[in-house]
Amino acid sequence: MNDMTPVAKTLPKDWETDQEVRWCPGCGDYAILKAVQRTMPEIGARPENTVFVSGIGCSSRFPYYMETYGFHTIHGRAPAVATGVKLANPDLDVWIITGDGDALSIGGNHTMHLIRRNLDCQVLLFNNEIYGLTKGQYSPTSHVGTRSPSTPFGLLDRPLTPCAYVLGSGARFVARAIDVNKNLPAVLKAAHAHKGTGFVEIFQNCIVYNDDVFAPFTEKANAAGNQLWVEQGKPLLFAGGTKGLTLDTETLVLKVVDVVDGDWAAAHVIVHEQTNKAIAHMLVEMPFGPFPMALGVLYDDPAPTFESAVVAQNAQASLGKKPDLQKLLSQGQTWQVEKQPHAM
Amino acid sequence: MASAVHELTPAEASAHPPAESIVVRFAGDSGDGMQLTGGQFTLSTALAGNDLATFPDFPAEIRAPQGTLFGVSAFQINFGSTAIDTAGDVPDVLVAMNPAALKTNVEALKPGGLIIADEGEFGERNLAKAKYATNPLQDGSLAKWQLLAFNISQLTLDAVKPFGLGNKEALRCKNMWTLGLALWMFDRDRQPIVDWLKAKFAKSPVLAEANIAALNAGHAYGETAELAGPMKQHHVAAAPAEPGLYRTVTGAESISLGLVAGAQLAGVKMFFGGYPITPASAILHHLSRLKEFGITTFQAEDEIAAIASAIGASYAGQLGVTSSSGPGIALKGEAMGLAIMTELPLVIVNSQRGGPSTGLPTKTEQSDLYQAVYGRNGDAPMPVIAARSPADAFDCAIEAVRIAVQYMTPVMLLTDGYIANAAEPWLVPNMDDYAPFPVKYLEEVPEGGFFPYARDEKRARPWVKPGTPGLLHRIGGIEKQLNTGNIDYGAANHQAMTEMRRDKVLGVDVPDQEVELGEAGGKLAIVGWGSTFGPIHQAVRRARKKGLDVSHIHIRHIWPMPGNLGALLKGYEKVIVPEMNTGQLKTVLRDQFLVDARPLNKISGQPFMISEIEAAIEEALA
Repeated sequence: MNDMTPVAKTLPKDWETDQEVRWCPGCGDYAILKAVQRTMPEIGARPENTVFVSGIGCSSRFPYYMETYGFHTIHGRAPAVATGVKLANPDLDVWIITGDGDALSIGGNHTMHLIRRNLDCQVLLFNNEIYGLTKGQYSPTSHVGTRSPSTPFGLLDRPLTPCAYVLGSGARFVARAIDVNKNLPAVLKAAHAHKGTGFVEIFQNCIVYNDDVFAPFTEKANAAGNQLWVEQGKPLLFAGGTKGLTLDTETLVLKVVDVVDGDWAAAHVIVHEQTNKAIAHMLVEMPFGPFPMALGVLYDDPAPTFESAVVAQNAQASLGKKPDLQKLLSQGQTWQVEKQPHAM
Repeated sequence: MASAVHELTPAEASAHPPAESIVVRFAGDSGDGMQLTGGQFTLSTALAGNDLATFPDFPAEIRAPQGTLFGVSAFQINFGSTAIDTAGDVPDVLVAMNPAALKTNVEALKPGGLIIADEGEFGERNLAKAKYATNPLQDGSLAKWQLLAFNISQLTLDAVKPFGLGNKEALRCKNMWTLGLALWMFDRDRQPIVDWLKAKFAKSPVLAEANIAALNAGHAYGETAELAGPMKQHHVAAAPAEPGLYRTVTGAESISLGLVAGAQLAGVKMFFGGYPITPASAILHHLSRLKEFGITTFQAEDEIAAIASAIGASYAGQLGVTSSSGPGIALKGEAMGLAIMTELPLVIVNSQRGGPSTGLPTKTEQSDLYQAVYGRNGDAPMPVIAARSPADAFDCAIEAVRIAVQYMTPVMLLTDGYIANAAEPWLVPNMDDYAPFPVKYLEEVPEGGFFPYARDEKRARPWVKPGTPGLLHRIGGIEKQLNTGNIDYGAANHQAMTEMRRDKVLGVDVPDQEVELGEAGGKLAIVGWGSTFGPIHQAVRRARKKGLDVSHIHIRHIWPMPGNLGALLKGYEKVIVPEMNTGQLKTVLRDQFLVDARPLNKISGQPFMISEIEAAIEEALA
């Protein structure tokens, strides 16, 4: 993100391209695209200063539909390409669009290093727990037992929790959202406002290969009882304020407690502190079922960014030095030949 | 090439007639500091005005177990009063610091050549490690050479005794004692080495003084031992050279400098994405220190991220550069395809080494020519340039940058472990002699509208920096529509775009091929590329002196090839292609020009010897 003085306020439609959107009808990606296009004017972003970088997969087609600069790269490598873009021009506002296979399987290494370096950019990981573009194989976030073309008898691998992976890699901003949820733009705004890598996992429904995989907490009927939207300085409540999370101080694990008459303090419900990494770890690791799904900005504790450190070091190392190429070529032990000493 | 420092007096000249060139090999344990000794001897030789070429040959292990055969590290230098193109076929002098060094190197020594051995290291244990049943210094097995054995270890300990060093530290000065002796043997000035030692050990003057004492002691030993047989002082006259300022340069240095020069001539900042790999890392190290030239260096998490970040930087308007060796280049293959598809400038330096897989990390080979020209999925053409020597690599790097930015294409620059590590004297170029080729970014909508894949007269598409208003566009690895750059899988479009990419690269302006030595046509052409230049050139020169009709052609532009090359080759009755691989350029020449090119292959991890190529010439013309 940058400090930008808005020239003329943009409208969501200014962020749409003339390209035909090629996702399957009913795909969650449409809702995310709309949410991003709605968010851009609100954060004062400028199309010419914005770059969307993606890898490979359904989600990675995203840049073609954003009226900005865009780079649809190769499988898993978007973080590395984005690192080069940002180091070459730190004034650009860089967004990485990726999926569960792209970011956590083939590109897992780059994701880890992007996060630990803390490049100033936003990462939107569309997690649909499946490989869509290659026609439905399991992904590193698929549940054990998932039947897919490559696991006809059920999946044996245990899944990875994206937010836990990035927290373990040193992430300074971790958030979760849902493709069709009204809170998505607010989460995107918070990620953009964070100086450093803003990591957002978006639960995205793949209508063709993994339909309703998130229904246990996204379906209207299940939402209230199973979604816990965290807010800075507010108690961790869900189910219409009738339930909350507390810390079992003997075993140091979270537990669900009933809140009677809205008196959450009496039930020792934890107040969300977004700079508390220990709580963030517990929130992202809570097993769904016994616990609700934690959503919103789970962790936000800025630290110096990679590109600003690179810029500072480049400047420091250049201090007082003139880029004199001729002098550089003539460095080291040299000698002068005045004349031909003798013929060949 | 170099200057006259020592002028021979008539008395000196008659006592020991000057040799045209001398080959010395220093060999010891990898902990003995042989590369350092060789490097400093090279410097003093350059300062004495001899032309020279070196060949560092060291094991892949950083500290192989002491005294073992596989832990031997060697440094060979060939220096002389005429032009020197190779590190020399056979050493005249071998300095062996232990039995293992003797065993692995003595067979290469010229019959009658001189062995200088550290007797102090020829104890039972070291003899056993080197698999000697008896002590070769005593059993007469070295009879066909001249042998000078003395206890260098003890002589060094005696020399540094006043400085109160521990035994281990004191013995570390052994290489300086040996260097001192070598400096005496070839009548070299000690002062530059003394200055260097003072600077190197500025923080511990005692070590500086001890090393200087060892150096002086070695030198004095030569003087006093002169009367004792084979130990004689040799005079090698200075080689003729074009007047100007000289320095020594390794390929890794000259490539780094050439990239900096290229970026300056293009008027762009450079982004270098690298990942450590032998023998390419030195380029990353050199560039990391040159921030004031507008260079950002980035040690990425892997080879793929190294090239991907360079591509990202090129997209953002800088010159992306990445460098590796064969295994890393293989990993970068898919990303190279992305740079070809998105038509972004990029320079990829491949410091070739022996393969396949990990292969011979510290040995040299030219076996990545197929990989460079053909080694990607799809029809993925890319210009390929090959450097012939450390000094030549400077101009090659500039040429790679020029083609990359003028044609909006990745370019591969081939070098090898030999060029990267070897040093040679270099006439420092005057940058005023180089024509700039400034990059022009597209900054406004051109007449007729903006199309990201519109073409100029070189078939290059416009380079637009993100951040430019009015020129928003998206690029990617999916097939592009002609002109608009939108996604297009259409059959006719793919045909047209594939042909466009091919024709763009084939249309790169490549200078006509010249004949290095000999005539354009005749009985035999020896056609080479890369670091085989030296041995081919010397072999052809020797053969021509004998009156043989043979010419030397050396190809810099591997792809696209010079326009006149086919016709030129067809003017010879026979064509031989010496390569440090199983015949890769040979195959390409046969394919491109239907010429009966014959291979001459060496795949031992060692450079060609002049005599090997000479023999092939004589056989072909017999």
